[in-house]
Amino acid sequence: MSERITRGDVEHVARLARLALTPAEVDALTQELGVILDYAAQVDALDTEGVPPTAHPLPLVNVLRPDEVRPGVDRSEVLAEAPATEADRFRVPRILGEAP
Amino acid sequence: MTAIETAAAVRGGQVSARDVVEEHLARIDEREAEVHAFNLVLADEARAAADAIDAAVARGENPGPLAGVPIAIKDNLTTRGIPTTCSSKILAQWRPPYDATVVTRLRAAGAVIVGKTNLDEFAMGSSTENSAFGPTRNPHDVSRVPGGSSGGSAAAVAAGFASLGLGSDTGGSIRQPAALCGVVGMKPTYGAVSRYGLVAFASSLDQIGPIATTVADAALLLETIWGHDPCDSTSIASELPSVTARLQEGVSGLRVGIVSEMIDVDGIEPEVRAAVERAAAALEAGGASVGRVSLPSSRYGLSAYYLIAPAEASSNLARYDGVRYGLRVDGDDIVAMNSATRDKGFGAEVKRRIMLGTYALSAGYYDAYYGQAQRVRTLIIRDFARAYEDFDVLLAPTSPTVAFELGAKTSDPLAMYLNDVCTIPSNLAGDPGISVPFGTGAGGLPVGVQVLADALSEPTMFRVALAIEAAA
Repeated sequence: MSERITRGDVEHVARLARLALTPAEVDALTQELGVILDYAAQVDALDTEGVPPTAHPLPLVNVLRPDEVRPGVDRSEVLAEAPATEADRFRVPRILGEAP
Repeated sequence: MTAIETAAAVRGGQVSARDVVEEHLARIDEREAEVHAFNLVLADEARAAADAIDAAVARGENPGPLAGVPIAIKDNLTTRGIPTTCSSKILAQWRPPYDATVVTRLRAAGAVIVGKTNLDEFAMGSSTENSAFGPTRNPHDVSRVPGGSSGGSAAAVAAGFASLGLGSDTGGSIRQPAALCGVVGMKPTYGAVSRYGLVAFASSLDQIGPIATTVADAALLLETIWGHDPCDSTSIASELPSVTARLQEGVSGLRVGIVSEMIDVDGIEPEVRAAVERAAAALEAGGASVGRVSLPSSRYGLSAYYLIAPAEASSNLARYDGVRYGLRVDGDDIVAMNSATRDKGFGAEVKRRIMLGTYALSAGYYDAYYGQAQRVRTLIIRDFARAYEDFDVLLAPTSPTVAFELGAKTSDPLAMYLNDVCTIPSNLAGDPGISVPFGTGAGGLPVGVQVLADALSEPTMFRVALAIEAAA
């Protein structure tokens, strides 16, 4: 089995990704991500000294449009899709003062 | 009837759009229960749209190039007020407040949307088995997968549920299911088709493209949907070349390169390899010259893709947090709510990719994984650039195998990923590719041959595709 990623790594990454994984999911992902990362690490075989990275196929920089007022999406249509709203706003559980 | 024939007959008043729609809805009634191409059939909406087309024809108006043509839309393209689920529990109830640009353009061209098609959740998969609503099956053999992730659209076109389909292709998700279902599927040059309203998977790779029964129909659908859109900042602003105008020009004098790394790829079935060789021979008979070409870095395309695509996905899918739309699972505080929502709402493959991407982007690993993958992406682009100095188009298999049995690869993510080994390099490069049905392989199942071309070389690519289709 791959040593590339540990159960602790998976739990840490799950917290970063905001996924409340079950212990069974953590077990399965530790094994599966190890196999996939072993394969993906083949990219190490290529010599890329001095090769610039490509983030995007098009050489686009600062795409601008005229700053004109245009109609946006309808607010009531947007809020109708939210799980919880209050006074024309999205309603969420407590954010401040939470335990670390 | 092809889409081109249907549109001409509807415009000319020889056939009513309503009759065309009823004929397709009848086929859906007959076989949809076993194929499951759709998440939602829009029968009433399609009838109303067809009646409006017929009324326009009766008034002497021209309803457009796709007048009365039934089309199936992948369910990751937004339709205002109509559920757009991405085959995910997290968006199961979502009704978007806007139409995708491609949907707006289809309606303006007179096309009739018959339904939203099934996909691998958030387009992550190669078999349409990763759907929260159950798998789609291949109309040629319902014990087999249709490919994916646009398996629903490919199956709908192959089964005659719709004349045309729209899919999205991030690593082969249009071309591979088209090949496995025996239809034409095409990924345009990156930036040619607006992504506005395409639910994002990997933004530097995603493109919307056509699925059709003929190469000419695919060209017509492409020209209907592409062109600059101010709502997508990555949309190409310059004018795009005409594809249909030059479609019949033949292949005489064109230089065709068979990609060695793809025709000799591990696990390729002999019938698939033979199909590529026969397609090459047909092009030679049409006056093209055929040679071999090597894209040495492309053998690392799959590895690079499985770092880049999940990295982008982990960022794009952060928006599903239970706040603004979709599922919410309650929690005591915001983090507990976010985390419970995402664990319940996402399926196993989506979680796998979010985890993979988050890991590849995390402190300490970023340069070794994501950074290295981006540098490999540059090497692959350079390989293509060298190849296009000597060749006008490249030829390759679409998928190394014909359609496989349901469940055959679901327990081995890596085996599933290997389906896309011949399609991924063009996504990394931003170049177009098209899969054309060419004979059959094991079990009499369809085989697809792929034509690849340089960015914005769709006119040449389609000429070659047409010649391959004629020889099939």
